[in-house]
Amino acid sequence: MNIVENFDLFAPKLINKQELLSSGHRACSGCGEVLAVRLMCKALGENTVIAAATGCMEIISSMFPTTAWRVPWIHVAFENTAAVASGVEAGLKALRKKGKIDDRYIKVVGMAGDGGTMDIGFQALSGAMERGHDMIFVCFDNEAYMNTGIQRSSGTPMGASTTTAPAGKVSSGQKTWKKNMAEIMAAHGIPYVATACPSYPLDFIRKIEKAKSIKGPSYIHCFSMCPTGWRSPSNTAISVGRLAVETGVFPLFEVEHGLYRVSPDMPKKLRPVKDYFKSQGRFRHLKEDEIDTIQDRINLEYKKLLEKEKCLKTGNAQKITEVG
Amino acid sequence: MGKRVGMEVAIAVAEAVGLCDIDMAAVYPITPQSHIAEHLSDLVANGEIDAEFVTVESEHSAMSAVIGASGAGARAFTATSSQGLMLMHELLPIASAMRLPICMAIANRAISGPLNILNDHTDIMPQRDSGWISMFVENGQEAIDMSIIAFKIAEHKDVMLPVNVNIDGFQLTHMVEPFEMPTQEEVNQFLPPFVPHATLHPAKPVTMGAFAMSDYFAEIMKAKDEALKNSKKVILEVWSEWAKLFGRSYKPVETYKSEDAEILMLTMGSMGETAQMAIDELRDKGIKAGLVKLRLWRPFPFEELKAAVKNAKKLIVTDRAISFGGPGGPVFSEIKSALYAENQRPLIYNYIYGLGGRDIPVPEFVGMFEKVLADKTGQLVDSYEFWGVRE
Ligand SMILES: Cc1ncc(C[n+]2csc(CCOP(=O)(O)OP(=O)(O)O)c2C)c(N)n1
Repeated sequence: MNIVENFDLFAPKLINKQELLSSGHRACSGCGEVLAVRLMCKALGENTVIAAATGCMEIISSMFPTTAWRVPWIHVAFENTAAVASGVEAGLKALRKKGKIDDRYIKVVGMAGDGGTMDIGFQALSGAMERGHDMIFVCFDNEAYMNTGIQRSSGTPMGASTTTAPAGKVSSGQKTWKKNMAEIMAAHGIPYVATACPSYPLDFIRKIEKAKSIKGPSYIHCFSMCPTGWRSPSNTAISVGRLAVETGVFPLFEVEHGLYRVSPDMPKKLRPVKDYFKSQGRFRHLKEDEIDTIQDRINLEYKKLLEKEKCLKTGNAQKITEVG
Repeated sequence: MGKRVGMEVAIAVAEAVGLCDIDMAAVYPITPQSHIAEHLSDLVANGEIDAEFVTVESEHSAMSAVIGASGAGARAFTATSSQGLMLMHELLPIASAMRLPICMAIANRAISGPLNILNDHTDIMPQRDSGWISMFVENGQEAIDMSIIAFKIAEHKDVMLPVNVNIDGFQLTHMVEPFEMPTQEEVNQFLPPFVPHATLHPAKPVTMGAFAMSDYFAEIMKAKDEALKNSKKVILEVWSEWAKLFGRSYKPVETYKSEDAEILMLTMGSMGETAQMAIDELRDKGIKAGLVKLRLWRPFPFEELKAAVKNAKKLIVTDRAISFGGPGGPVFSEIKSALYAENQRPLIYNYIYGLGGRDIPVPEFVGMFEKVLADKTGQLVDSYEFWGVRE
């Protein structure tokens, strides 16, 4: 995989050179989440206001009196990011309308971890999406509460060992299936929902840019590898992300106005999930039959996604309205 | 000067806020606050005010949204009661630490359980230490006046703190009262446009709500305490400016027939007017009774309180909340600690009353005075009693 090497030389316009999240922050080495945030900022550009939840990305970037942020940024609490972003959006809208600020278009973005999105922040997010605010909400899903020490969340995958759902003599780690947040957001009927992963930087950037171009709410679920919490070496963030996509553990797709598109980066044939599991200590304890069960589930979920794409594909829109 | 109108107090509060050129409001329905939310929505829907009304899905999100809007540089308002205020609790100290001049009307209501929708002060008392300016009003006119005044105090460059105005639920919010509603021109003259100290705008990126550890946290807390203490000077200035423009003057501690009083009662909020009638009755009987009404709860008006009570022999502190398993009512412990170091201070008694909307008519107030007057040996001093509660 040498594509990113000398990338700048061949395609200088594809990535914004401005670093809106500066270096010198305190993320762990090899953090996939902070890489994703950095890419997101590049895609958003400077006319952006970010509301962030309590969590890893907040504490590593805003240690008083320093800040890594070169865009306006606000953190209030853990569970309320979407509501804070709603208020920022409403406030800016009113001020612009009344001529109290210049009339440039500013995109408001809410960001949170999986806990801040799928668990404690779920209600505020659902409310903000339903109200139709002009904002993007990005979930940086590292599949556990990493900031507080790798406790399970509803984004933790089946079988993963965490500090509150540990693998033990009579337990195989997480006992529940990962909540399908992208589908829940799609069910809100918002204009744009996408899944993304920083191991596919151009796909991720394109999706953020697409969300940015949409007037109204959009949601991006970004798979964010955490070498510390997933117990894998710090140089594996990118490769583990690619494995998650290639095995169908985390399929890349987008839902635009209810119509599905599986991203071109998805392989024709999925790799077996055990290739992915081997890359991380959090799955080390899983037995053959447990892996088989998980494999079945992945196959089923992926099939469902492909079926949805088939009958709800952009090109099929015409047919659907005719039937309706 | 203004217009003489008669209307429900909650509606009037929304009207008054509507005169303040707010940019944004986020309010979640809860009895007895809801009429404020509804009327504000009407004002927006009819184009009478040019503001964004965000129909949030909870009070937690209401407070979060006004924090976000205020951070963006908007003049932001919210209102709530009881459980709604409890749900906001987590965010109140964050709003004040971020020095955001948010204004909030609270239609005070008992907190659960059991569930109750009627008035007392159990909702605001747990918010005492959240770093907000906090004041109580006694009637509809004060509710209107303070709702407008709140913005000017909050946004003053030497203050930059959120303000809550406590309006007794039902007992005040749902009364139809006659009062003087300032005109738009008058409010424009009184309230200058909001000039925020920093905003969430790409023209000048700032970081709000940073992470601070032991090397800075305590300094930030001290700065907040000083800001709140120093706000009293501005509060007094703004009140006197209001008096000049509108002829209605306000003080942190109001008194009624207290100068020569031997026995005083202290109230907060709407009970003051009933207590005042009790004072008149007692005076008719030749008893030297007087009343002290605490309007400003935070910053606490130490000097004014001491001056108001120093000549009395006995002081009855009334509370509409309780600190369970503690020293009695929260106002009682506050007053006791404020007077502790005084050489000359009254004996202090505490009655907890009017919980969950329990009505306290004039004879009940008279009864409290009589009981304290009869306490010759001082055995009831420094203790508390639930007034008029069945065993
Ligand atoms: C109301 C509340 N509950 C709990 C916490 C403690 N807390 C802070 S961050 C966090 C977990 C964050 O996890 P996630 O949202 O997944 O983000 P990550 O740190 O993994 O990026 C928790 C539990 C808090 N700050 N506030």
